[in-house]
Amino acid sequence: MSAPARPTTPAATAPAGGSSAVPGSRRSRGRAPLRAVPALAVLVVLALVPYFVGPDETDILSRVLIFGLFAVSLDLLVGITGLPSLGHAAYFGVGAYTAGLVAEHWTPNAPVPVLVAAGAGAVAAVLTGWLVVRSDGVFFLMLTLAIGEITSQLALQLDDVTGGSDGLFGIPTFRIGGEPLRLEGYRYWYVLAVFVITFAAVWLISRSPFGLALRGIRDNEDRMRSLGYSPFRYKYVAYVLAGAFAGIAGGLFAQFNRIVNPSDAGFALSAITLLALVLGGAGSLWGPVIGMAVVVVVRDYYGPDLGGHGPLVLGIVFVIAVYVLPRGFAGLAGLGALRGRRRGAVSAHATDPDDPGSGAVPGTSSEERPA
Amino acid sequence: MTTPLLELRGVTRQFGALRAVDGVDLQVPPGARHALIGPNGAGKSTLFKLVTGSMPVTSGTVALDGSDITKLGEAQRARRGISQTLQHSSLFLSQTVERNVVMAAQRQPGGNRHSLVPRRQKATRDRARELLVDVGLERRSGALVSALSHGERRQLEVAVALACEPRLLLLDEPAAGMSPAESGRLVGLLKALPDTVTLVIVEHDLDVVFALATSVTVLHLGKLLLTGSPDEVRASTAVQEAYLGTGRESLFLDTDGPAGLDVSRSEQGVS
Repeated sequence: MSAPARPTTPAATAPAGGSSAVPGSRRSRGRAPLRAVPALAVLVVLALVPYFVGPDETDILSRVLIFGLFAVSLDLLVGITGLPSLGHAAYFGVGAYTAGLVAEHWTPNAPVPVLVAAGAGAVAAVLTGWLVVRSDGVFFLMLTLAIGEITSQLALQLDDVTGGSDGLFGIPTFRIGGEPLRLEGYRYWYVLAVFVITFAAVWLISRSPFGLALRGIRDNEDRMRSLGYSPFRYKYVAYVLAGAFAGIAGGLFAQFNRIVNPSDAGFALSAITLLALVLGGAGSLWGPVIGMAVVVVVRDYYGPDLGGHGPLVLGIVFVIAVYVLPRGFAGLAGLGALRGRRRGAVSAHATDPDDPGSGAVPGTSSEERPA
Repeated sequence: MTTPLLELRGVTRQFGALRAVDGVDLQVPPGARHALIGPNGAGKSTLFKLVTGSMPVTSGTVALDGSDITKLGEAQRARRGISQTLQHSSLFLSQTVERNVVMAAQRQPGGNRHSLVPRRQKATRDRARELLVDVGLERRSGALVSALSHGERRQLEVAVALACEPRLLLLDEPAAGMSPAESGRLVGLLKALPDTVTLVIVEHDLDVVFALATSVTVLHLGKLLLTGSPDEVRASTAVQEAYLGTGRESLFLDTDGPAGLDVSRSEQGVS
């Protein structure tokens, strides 16, 4: 999905103006189709998984994709735009409750609940982002934390709508054309389809001119201002988009899990997702999905056998990862991809060959402004 | 008389008890090649910041092409055509050379900066490459900025500033730290700019100043000392005294012999 449709040979992309000296850009464009190969291979493997594993494993994989999608939406905010939110689960929660209510009272037919959840996440981000995005550093952290807590408190208090501490339960699962998806494999395929579409959307945005501006704002907001950009507008749009994508993940979760409760909007989810970003490598989009896979598998798959020590194992994994992989899993691929690059590049730690500035979660690096 | 492109009236900036810029009146006509000189601490860089809007004025007004822009923020002023290079480089170190220019070029009309999907931004990229050829960086377009030499970064600063398609281009010591060959190339590039770009340049290298400028303003301790043609400024005793006070008299003795400036230039390169 990363390849441009038409074949681009080096000769075809060379500028007509006779400047023969643009090796870096020409080479990377010629390689674009090759770079899509691993992505397609992963997609094929993911699509075939239900034929080879049992329903329990398929269930876990669906969860990995749902929470992975949420991690991707947070990565748009943290890794691409440089806004380290502590309350992103609020929009996941808003999406989950919305989709739950839609499925129960209107229709569980795909893709209605997920689309309404995306809208609800976006609206929630529009309302809160206006305030949040104006703040910086530690104020941004505090405000996002507050929004997350307020949202889960609201879910607790408004029990006429949300079911209070019991949450919403018995949410109808996905239906396609009125037919409920009963088999675990079908549910998985639906989740996979929504995941792929949404991931592709975020990926395109991150590679767009708008995405380049977001990276510029992440790296140096003042500079962008002197180039004529208004950073607030860009950050606000990014915040709303991230809210919408988080809403989609929440919407999937509601109909998949069939129970939503206030903790699904709470700080624990935001925190564990930031952990997945650090583990996977922020800014690469796919790294956080891998990070989330580790988190979900340890917590939900092995967790029950560990007698409640899942979080402990997770903590140990996290500490090891920070020491061994300072830029996350994506940093490993980044090393390989950068090996062929021009020497002198100091970005060997970056998680994304297209974006050497990626890799560090803002606030964890000493280069960032004091938080 | 035509409206001046840039007009400052009584522009003052106070830092505590210090008036870094003190009641400066200045008119720069469209198409001018105007130099701003003065000893260190004269307030040149502060004056630039007041013009770009990265710092608010304490009092006074700034007008661009007849309209008052004193209240506008930096981004708004940039969109009206004020562009700058900074004394201390602020490029995106972790991006490629070309992307640094694209970042500025895509902001311009027709540059689809709002696009949420990747586009083959052919026009933008071609423009970026043209500019890189102009400043002599075309061979480095794929390199990361962090791998560039100091002189190359300054060249890139100029390319980025030009990518903003400025009406008013403010250059803060563009030749600082450049080799003589590089600064010669820079002068050639700036000389070749069309009249639609008005230049205001702060520069210690007086070779560069007198090669480019058609008018010169001398600042001293935040106050405007003199505005005039390069010859008038060279002849002025008041200017000489201002420089004598800082021990830089040699700057004015050797302006005709390039070799004589080498010492002072390397001195400036460190600053």
